[in-house]
Amino acid sequence: MDKPHPKRKRSRQRRDVALMITCLADLMRPSVGFSAIRLLERAGCRVTVPEQQTCCGQPAYNSGEVDAAVPVARAAIETFEPFDYVVVPSGSCAGMLSHHYPALFEGEWHERALALSAKTWELTRFLTEVARLPAPRHKPLERGVTYHDSCAGLRELGVHQQPRQLLQEQCGVQVSELGQNQVCCGFGGTFCARMPDISAKMADDKLDNAVASGASVVAGGDLGCLLHLSGRARRRGLKLEFRHVAELLAGDPRGPGIGEGRE
Amino acid sequence: MKLASNEFMQASSAALLEEDKAQRRSLIGQFLPLARDAAASAYGDFDGLRAHLKRVRRHTMAHLSHYLEQFEEAAVQHGNQVHFVADAEQLNSKVLSICQAHSARRVAKGKSMVTEETGLNELLLKAGLDVLETDLGEYIIQQAGETPSHIVGPALHKSLAEIRQLFLDKHTLGDRDLETVSEVVEEARGVLREKFLAADVGIIGANALIAEHGTSMLVTNEGNGDLCANLPPVLIVCTTFERVLPRAEDAMALQRLLVRSATGQPQTCYTSFYTGPRREDDVDGPLETHIILLDNRRSDILASDYSEMLDCIRCGACLNHCPIYIGVGGHAYGWVYPGPMGSVLTPLLTSLEQAHHLPNACTSCGRCAEVCPANIPLPDLLRDLRQDESVQQLKPARWRNGLRLHAWLLRHPGLYRNLTGWTMSVLGLLGKRRGAFRRLPFAGGWTGQRDFPAPEGGGTFMRQYAARRRRGGKRG
Repeated sequence: MDKPHPKRKRSRQRRDVALMITCLADLMRPSVGFSAIRLLERAGCRVTVPEQQTCCGQPAYNSGEVDAAVPVARAAIETFEPFDYVVVPSGSCAGMLSHHYPALFEGEWHERALALSAKTWELTRFLTEVARLPAPRHKPLERGVTYHDSCAGLRELGVHQQPRQLLQEQCGVQVSELGQNQVCCGFGGTFCARMPDISAKMADDKLDNAVASGASVVAGGDLGCLLHLSGRARRRGLKLEFRHVAELLAGDPRGPGIGEGRE
Repeated sequence: MKLASNEFMQASSAALLEEDKAQRRSLIGQFLPLARDAAASAYGDFDGLRAHLKRVRRHTMAHLSHYLEQFEEAAVQHGNQVHFVADAEQLNSKVLSICQAHSARRVAKGKSMVTEETGLNELLLKAGLDVLETDLGEYIIQQAGETPSHIVGPALHKSLAEIRQLFLDKHTLGDRDLETVSEVVEEARGVLREKFLAADVGIIGANALIAEHGTSMLVTNEGNGDLCANLPPVLIVCTTFERVLPRAEDAMALQRLLVRSATGQPQTCYTSFYTGPRREDDVDGPLETHIILLDNRRSDILASDYSEMLDCIRCGACLNHCPIYIGVGGHAYGWVYPGPMGSVLTPLLTSLEQAHHLPNACTSCGRCAEVCPANIPLPDLLRDLRQDESVQQLKPARWRNGLRLHAWLLRHPGLYRNLTGWTMSVLGLLGKRRGAFRRLPFAGGWTGQRDFPAPEGGGTFMRQYAARRRRGGKRG
């Protein structure tokens, strides 16, 4: 969270930003990536999507296969270190880069990990604290929206008010808050498949709170949580729409929500 | 206490189906965090106090033998007998031999997780002693033949109706209503009071040991600890060496953190200090006092990468804030210490082989570390234990191999791109109409409880992005 704040005034000079697409957005929800690019460009950034990127390595890291995660982290450091900023549409992957990579290494690689950490930003924090979005060009979103705070973003990066502020400014949406919004939804990476019964119970609590909020759209900043919640909502037959916050911010999303068909 | 942590998977799934209990747990999980937050913010610089105690704890652990010697010397000077014991068996037999030396028949116990850890009651009962738990929660579960589900509120899993029925069955007191909480408490108080007066030996735990004075500190809400300590002629304090703190003011800092983190109270009803047996001009107090300091692998923990776990002050805040503990309850963890702190301690105090599911019962959500008054990085320690699990090959092989294969693939972007490109295109097409799959090969862990959302369609982002670039569009 202690990042050197770019103090210089907004100049005409465009910021060089690398988009870390994240494996889940790459595989499951490309529109998150395209929305993120659109937002960053509107905020005056020059966006590059490095071709060598794959994933931050969290699945192995969090499951205790740390030695398998180390070379993945090294590859990510090499891929992203040439850029001024690395922006990630996920609190959990951004947290992995900024908080956990430095702890994986000693010596030179530790220094390189720290340098990467200092320029890694979660998308909504970047758009509120570094490169501000101009006034929106699209119409206000006339839907009830609630917001799920993913744990890594919330606790490792302090992401809470930023997406709400952006939804207000860009979409004219006042978020209807979830009860118990500090509590994990039960995704937890491989946890959700290793302990599926507990994970489903935690999802149910979250979904019950989402229904109680009266909103029809559940937005969030992490696809892991959103895929897990939408999958559980579909299994229960709940009529909720799940969207990554970048999709909402980039303009009125017309395609199906996460886990919805085109029937 | 019998170790059943290896049954965590079955026990936790079964616990999720107990609707009544699950609902009570959920209320606990809402109420106690609110109470803790209110108390912490009313205190003011709570985080500053946490950081202060952390420094004191780390300092004490780094100079442990010095402070333990200081404690022992001061305690002996006040007339206490101090015993260092290596393991559960030694603690139990030391207690038994003290009881036998006094021809004791009745033992009154205050709440003590350490004696739960060593299974003291079982041994004393076998030896023919009458052992009575006097903390209301411990009394209830002793009567019910159960084990604690929470380190602070051992009977939090029981409803008023269950406790009422238990008392009607166990206490031969004739017809009565016992409809309200206060009637139930009043009855327990009456039953217990007689037992205190008849006890030959009192056993209590300790929340802190003050090295400079040789004093032990006990924090309770019921005052039962004081009755155990002062009414019987013999007092035995059963505790562990990492409770030691240099000064009385350090114990007070711990107490301020403990009660606010545990129950959200600014102060418990009783904070008691025991310094030794009755002196000549004292009107009451025990005639003989023993302090037993248990190790039980704690020296190993101190020497390991998990030494910060010894900073734990047993407040239970990590339990109250853990959605997994609140979901499945304490019994599923299969031993004395449940929740995040228990998931670290149980493998360390028993063996990882017998408890390797527990460190996996964690989403790394970080809420426990956020509230831990001792600033223990619980999610990191749990992750480290998962690493040990992998090194010791205790993890199911298909998980280990799958994760390692995945990590290998991630380092080969070309191959990764091709494989994921094809797979996602196919899944996108197959799932286009419905948008999700009810079943998928190799994804039973996911689809057992949820649908698998289909990829959005059109191929992976990287493919689509590359195609757009090839078409020469400047737009991303």
